[in-house]
Amino acid sequence: MGLDKIWVFGEVAGDDVASITLEMLAAARSLADTVEVFMAGDGDDYAEQLGEHGAETVYSTGDLEGGLQGVAVASAVAAAIASGDVEAPDAFLLGTTQDGRDVAGRLSVKLDTSVITNVVALEVDDTLIGSEPVFGGTVDVKTKNTSGKPGIFLVRPKSFEAAGVGGAEADTEDLEVPDLGTVGAAKVVNSHAEESDGPKLDEAAIVVSGGRGLGAPEAYVMVDDLAKAVGGAPGASRAIVDAGWVPYSYQVGQTGKVVKPTVYIAAGISGATQHLVGMKGSKNIIAINKDPEAPIFAVADLGIVGDVHKVMPKLIEALQSR
Amino acid sequence: MKVVVCVKQIPDPADPGALDPETKTLKRDSKLILDESDSYGVEMALQLVDAAGDGEVHLVSMAPNNEVSGLRTALAMGAASATIVSDEALQGSDALGTAKVLAAAIARQEPDLVLAATESSDGYTGTVPAQIAELLGLPSVTFAKSVAVDGGAAKVQRQTEAGYDEVECPLPALVSVTAGVVEPRYPSFKGIMAAKSKPVDELDLGALGIDASQVGWAGGGQEIVSIEAAPAREAGEVIEDEGDAHERIVAFLDDLKVL
Repeated sequence: MGLDKIWVFGEVAGDDVASITLEMLAAARSLADTVEVFMAGDGDDYAEQLGEHGAETVYSTGDLEGGLQGVAVASAVAAAIASGDVEAPDAFLLGTTQDGRDVAGRLSVKLDTSVITNVVALEVDDTLIGSEPVFGGTVDVKTKNTSGKPGIFLVRPKSFEAAGVGGAEADTEDLEVPDLGTVGAAKVVNSHAEESDGPKLDEAAIVVSGGRGLGAPEAYVMVDDLAKAVGGAPGASRAIVDAGWVPYSYQVGQTGKVVKPTVYIAAGISGATQHLVGMKGSKNIIAINKDPEAPIFAVADLGIVGDVHKVMPKLIEALQSR
Repeated sequence: MKVVVCVKQIPDPADPGALDPETKTLKRDSKLILDESDSYGVEMALQLVDAAGDGEVHLVSMAPNNEVSGLRTALAMGAASATIVSDEALQGSDALGTAKVLAAAIARQEPDLVLAATESSDGYTGTVPAQIAELLGLPSVTFAKSVAVDGGAAKVQRQTEAGYDEVECPLPALVSVTAGVVEPRYPSFKGIMAAKSKPVDELDLGALGIDASQVGWAGGGQEIVSIEAAPAREAGEVIEDEGDAHERIVAFLDDLKVL
């Protein structure tokens, strides 16, 4: 038996609804009779796309005037439920994103209910159960909401397949943000987008990622060149993002992007748990690493024990000359 | 300026550990170390206090049995003092229970700024900072990749899915920092010696005025219903590069018809 109602946190990427939101809508549809979206900004702009993916109603706060989403959205949801204006859902689904985590954390305090995190699968047994991979994905842990209150679930990107169902444009309702006082005092004064050429990291059919084994920031150009030669997107391990070699938008892993390309090429990446959970779902994995004991070889379909500085230039040349 | 840094002490990630099937919690039978993710917050706090010209860094941690081995590392880096909260009733605490305990311990310090990592390296729920801020009634800026304090306000570059936002926030506030926000210093020999005599306040739930029903298994509101081995990915072929490994990769890609 399914749940009565699930609320999905809506996020936006560019002018469109973010793929994580559409993925969660697909999951929610199979778990509950009614699926609704709550979000910051103007819901009218996204009502058609959200309706197409099965949302019946979109609750939105309107422009936050630079305020961060976490405190504003959580306060608005809690106030709407407390006033009886809306009936609380059985569960909230939010993406494992910066704003998703902020809203989930704030909301869990307001409703005094726990958050079940890093969810990659969901099922219903009276209440919602989330499945979380631990220890680098070698163990699955299922956790059930037993609070007697709506459960809050943080869902990892790429866990579900987004699919339109031809639903009608969603109804839109206002979600009024109460006076936040100093708690809402953090303001965005400027936004910067880090644009890159070529396919997007989480959508590319081929991803080429580099890690600490490249030795020096200059060597990352090999990753760029190989990605270009195969029409793929360049990525990185957390180690070299932390070291400042490439921006955070390149990061593949637990924090960063989850990718599931047809081919994932890991160059000079040892395969820390942090990284593996972000790319283990790739259909084919090729790893190049000096250390035959590197954990990345345990998940590789083709493992090359060798020096990236020798293998990569020859590989790039062979592919460029085709 | 008083900065409180939330610090987690975790089993050594190099020794991956296991879940205890009886208690359904992480086995913590080895010595705990400072979570590397937290070393960035400690360093950031030390640098901000330095830049402010006065103030101090206080650490807050929750761990079983008044474990302080990880805290000592952060004290050796330069933090002035610490609070450790231990109580048997805390076993099985979820993120919200943990946040309630840390928030109560932080409130006693009346800090200008609270720093935390965005997520721990073992539990990685990534929700505790926002929960602490909400419990303390503070504004928060999470996922900071750069932090400065100027004229009673924090100026933060906050990571977003698209890039980053410049965010300004009046103090007191909570900021969660990403790894890489600063380069953590190594404790000096002098620092390590000094850390041994720095004050560490040991508190239990009673001292914080928290009812045991709010935390641990009792306060969790969630229950682990199964722990199972995930289907293993089939290991592939591993070859040694003899100067022609690139040809194998090209052939592999050709077979997949992705070029």
